[in-house]
Amino acid sequence: MSRPNPVQKPQAGTPLVELHGIRKEYHRGSETVHVLQELNLSIPRGDFLALMGPSGSGKTTLLNLLGGIDRPTAGSLAVDGTDIAKYSESDLARWRARNVGFVFQLYHLLPVLSAERNVELPLLLTGLSASERKRRVQAAMQLSNIADRAKHKPSELSGGQEQRVGIARAIVGDPLLLLCDEPTGDLDRKSGDEILDLLQALNREQGKTIVMVTHDPHAAARARRILYMNKGRLAAEPEK
Amino acid sequence: MKYLPLIWANLLRRKVRTLFTLLSVFIAFMLFAVLGAVDQAFTGGVQLADANRLVVTNKVGLINSMPINYADRIATVPGVSTITWQEWVGAYFQDPRQPITAFGVDENSFLDVHDDMHLLPEQAEAWRKDRQGVIIGEGVAKRYGWKAGDHIPLRSNIWRDKQGKSTWDVTVSGIYHGGPGDELLMHYKYLDDSRAFRNNQVGMFMFKISDPARAGAVSEQIDQMFANSDAETKTSTEKAFVQGFAAMLGNIGKIVTGIVTAVLFSMLLVIANTMAQSIRERTSELAVLKALGFSRGGVASMVLAESLLVTVLGGALGLSLGAGFAHGIGSKLPFVQDFRTTPSDIAIGIVLMLMLGLLAGLLPAIQAMRLQVAAALRRA
Repeated sequence: MSRPNPVQKPQAGTPLVELHGIRKEYHRGSETVHVLQELNLSIPRGDFLALMGPSGSGKTTLLNLLGGIDRPTAGSLAVDGTDIAKYSESDLARWRARNVGFVFQLYHLLPVLSAERNVELPLLLTGLSASERKRRVQAAMQLSNIADRAKHKPSELSGGQEQRVGIARAIVGDPLLLLCDEPTGDLDRKSGDEILDLLQALNREQGKTIVMVTHDPHAAARARRILYMNKGRLAAEPEK
Repeated sequence: MKYLPLIWANLLRRKVRTLFTLLSVFIAFMLFAVLGAVDQAFTGGVQLADANRLVVTNKVGLINSMPINYADRIATVPGVSTITWQEWVGAYFQDPRQPITAFGVDENSFLDVHDDMHLLPEQAEAWRKDRQGVIIGEGVAKRYGWKAGDHIPLRSNIWRDKQGKSTWDVTVSGIYHGGPGDELLMHYKYLDDSRAFRNNQVGMFMFKISDPARAGAVSEQIDQMFANSDAETKTSTEKAFVQGFAAMLGNIGKIVTGIVTAVLFSMLLVIANTMAQSIRERTSELAVLKALGFSRGGVASMVLAESLLVTVLGGALGLSLGAGFAHGIGSKLPFVQDFRTTPSDIAIGIVLMLMLGLLAGLLPAIQAMRLQVAAALRRA
């Protein structure tokens, strides 16, 4: 199903994510829309997987399932050995807080908070002290090369800087899985490359497992492997 | 506590809107405190009324008088102990806009019937001995800066003396605490001997009874005694009298409750609308918070906390300022006694601001709780 990226070999490791027979359906009036169909996928620890495909192919839906913000209609979805498809909504919320970091195309920073307060948000759900939260926020911002903009509001940052804050927020809780939905989709080439450099470094140096949805082959080329989605199915090659 | 910066930042997102909402709540609770004081001013007298004290007035109305010799006949009724009387002076100091609640009273019996008045014995003695002596309540003393020994040219808009003068020279003999209220009490004899008309008449008799259970029977006996006379009487307990007096001005309690209910209901709609608008504006932000792991309950609590912060901040400010205003103005209002926001009003106010905050935030909180993360992010 998958093929190794010609440049980067996938890192060997035990599977972190395993999907078996995943189906996702929506009901639009009397019509049933089959978004994902009998999906099977294994993502090893330390992988950097790019998901490509046309709009409506199910990429973002798959990402949402992996992040536990949506639930499959059928099938099993195990992350680190736990089938999260069976979790209740509140269990999923707790699970997300501990295990998943999201990076969005439109950054989705809270405009009323400074960069550092935005990065701190996931840590508010932990029992960490204020000083420990501060320490971790600083570390995540340094790792994302945005520490010098800690006190700035999102409106005072460029798109690339906002995305760096978004990445710092995603990694501050040290999640198992980093899920990126078009992380460079709203950036110019230079800023996009910087963000991809950062994601690559997080994968190589910090061992973060990353799943990235993208339309951009240039961005996908930075991943260890690429999978293509079409009409709710995964393929190793893009559809001709 | 760690969520407070986030909640506060959300409130400051639209500063003008938050300011106007805070101001609305502030004014509503200030009104609540002041109207509470109005209610207290009308009903406070009822609470102070003595169950052992009965009041006799002319059956026709308060402005009609009764002959003073009724006192001797009332005193013969079994169960009646000490009897006293009073006559309305219609007094003011210097300017009719500075009215003073003043009565001409019997200096020998008044203090015995009103044993809840506290006056130094030497001042009471001085008052009894000085025909032109007056005793004044603390509020009157404070308002005009009067003290024992001061000579006051008291004026009346009802009574003239036999020379046609409306000024009554009196001397402050003492200052009393407690008792019937914030009044000026002069000698009835001084008033009656000098006034040009309605001599030997009084507006009201008051007496104590030994057994409060017999109040009904005693009242009936007195009223029967004067039935078919030129001045028929109406006898009631002091409490019933005060209640009746307040009722003449309308049911203040009901009016106040009606106004407060209408104002608070409007506030509920205003805050609920503001909160709903605020939640609609940041659907995607709430979705992000949920994606980060904030639970349904956590997001709902934050919305409720925001709504509570508005009502508690605005409400506490309004309540304190309203109570302060009532306290400040209360001592300056003529004729009005006990004009203050009571501790129970403040407690009710606190409960109301909490309820208002919770109710106003409830619907937006439910909206936030039910928000579907994936769908909201897709829309964003």
